[in-house]
Amino acid sequence: MFNSLLPNVQWDTIWAATVETLYMTGIAVVATFVLGIILGLLLFLTSKGNIWENRLANAIIAAFVNIFRSIPFIILIILLIPFTKLVVGTILGANAALPALIIGAAPFYARMVEIALREIDKGVIEAAKAMGATTATIIWKVLLPESLPALVSGITVTAIALVGYTAMAGVVGAGGLGNLAYLEGFQRNHNDVTFVATVLILVIVFVIQFIGDFVTSKIDKR
Amino acid sequence: MITLENVTKIYQSSNGSVTAVDDVSLHIKEGEIFGIIGYSGAGKSSLIRMLNGLEKPTKGNVIVADRNIANIKGKELREARQEIGMIFQHFNLLWSRTVRENIAFPLEIAGVPKEQRLKRVDELIQLVGLQGRENAYPSQLSGGQKQRVGIARALANNPKVLLCDEATSALDPQTTDSILDLLVDINQRLRLTIVLITHEMHVIRKICDRVAVMENGKIVEQGEVLQVFRQPKQTITKRFVQQVIEPEETKETIAHLIDKYPRGNVIQLTFVGEAAEQPLIANLTRQFQVNVNILQGKISQTHQGSYGVLFVHIDGTDEEVAKAIDYIRQQQVGVEVITDVQ
Repeated sequence: MFNSLLPNVQWDTIWAATVETLYMTGIAVVATFVLGIILGLLLFLTSKGNIWENRLANAIIAAFVNIFRSIPFIILIILLIPFTKLVVGTILGANAALPALIIGAAPFYARMVEIALREIDKGVIEAAKAMGATTATIIWKVLLPESLPALVSGITVTAIALVGYTAMAGVVGAGGLGNLAYLEGFQRNHNDVTFVATVLILVIVFVIQFIGDFVTSKIDKR
Repeated sequence: MITLENVTKIYQSSNGSVTAVDDVSLHIKEGEIFGIIGYSGAGKSSLIRMLNGLEKPTKGNVIVADRNIANIKGKELREARQEIGMIFQHFNLLWSRTVRENIAFPLEIAGVPKEQRLKRVDELIQLVGLQGRENAYPSQLSGGQKQRVGIARALANNPKVLLCDEATSALDPQTTDSILDLLVDINQRLRLTIVLITHEMHVIRKICDRVAVMENGKIVEQGEVLQVFRQPKQTITKRFVQQVIEPEETKETIAHLIDKYPRGNVIQLTFVGEAAEQPLIANLTRQFQVNVNILQGKISQTHQGSYGVLFVHIDGTDEEVAKAIDYIRQQQVGVEVITDVQ
């Protein structure tokens, strides 16, 4: 039935592209989550009045985050080509997109992590200190659990941005639905392929948003 | 238990330095409830934070349970802190943990094994009377219940000292009283030394053994609570004492009476402990040619005994009134002749 309406759509290609998009997004989200939390924690802990207060370290991390957050993603991919070649060995395929995706998204997420950590009541951190907690305990048992809903809603927003990034990465040869829509859909003028790719990307975004909202509401006991 | 020696805390800010605590020396005995009262900005908050090293003194020594908190850091400071419990005005509970998990937190920090932890948490829940609320989250509790969790949490590692940072200031009067009762109960049951800071004289009156009054970073007056109530020396102390014993309308009544009766005297009588039980007024009218008119009276219960204030108007010839006042002075009752109202 679909096939008459969508004459140019080859479902196995579409499926392969979807898997590629999910693969790129999935790996990038996990890596961004970890890297972003580390960067966000460093930003927070080195800021004024906090446990590792250090103006120089804070300024360096903030500069790094700001620079990589400001570069438009499509330009970042191109700038990172030598780096990607060095790390992945190629600049084509889904794996080649990962360095750019992660380096593009982690600083963005790091800022959200920092904001989430700032929202934590200072008194709770003080109470943990008064109980004799180590910094590691404060990070694992106070900072992360107390900011978890904001961390999750932040990673949801970031994951959706990452889906968009994978489409852009697709244009320069990374594969996935973006690649398919560009090569099959745009360049060969197969609008039905573009349409299907778009719908699938929308579905992925909606699912991510739904999961994010659901998890946030489950863990938020405030 | 706690000794402060010449403790000074100076904060550096962009517009100069601020001396929050100015050369304070203090000794707090084991097992007593010691109150520090002052208005906001008096430095009491900085002072109590130095007792567990949340703030470091600029100068001086802070000795708590034989450790100089001012000098230690790292592991030693963390261990010292496990012996000093603290409760806060805004409770500072972790919203992500249940009552039980919140109370278990300091035990996790101290590395208590899980089985013992569960047992200890149950004991503490009994102690503070939170049975049935073990699995509630802080957002589901009332202010008083939250503070009970805070107290249980502070007591988890069997501390030697409990610090109370305005612990009842965010609670309504009734809840305040129930939390204060709990603190007294804990103090007596566990022989725990309690240091509290507050701006409410009511709290001092109700539970403290001794009190220190702070103003501009200095301790301007200290002593047994009953003694301070009987003979406040500094203006600020008198103001705090008035908070509890003298309702606002007293001043108006007295001003009115001084105007109305140019003859005789308005007198403030202060009774402490047993003196409150003598039939003083009856004796006065029987032995002297005076009329006694009772204007206002109030008895306050302190931790150490009762304390009463009575305002009377004594009328008669100057000679008889003077004799009557002399008589009262001999009865170990505080007398103050009020000639005008400030």
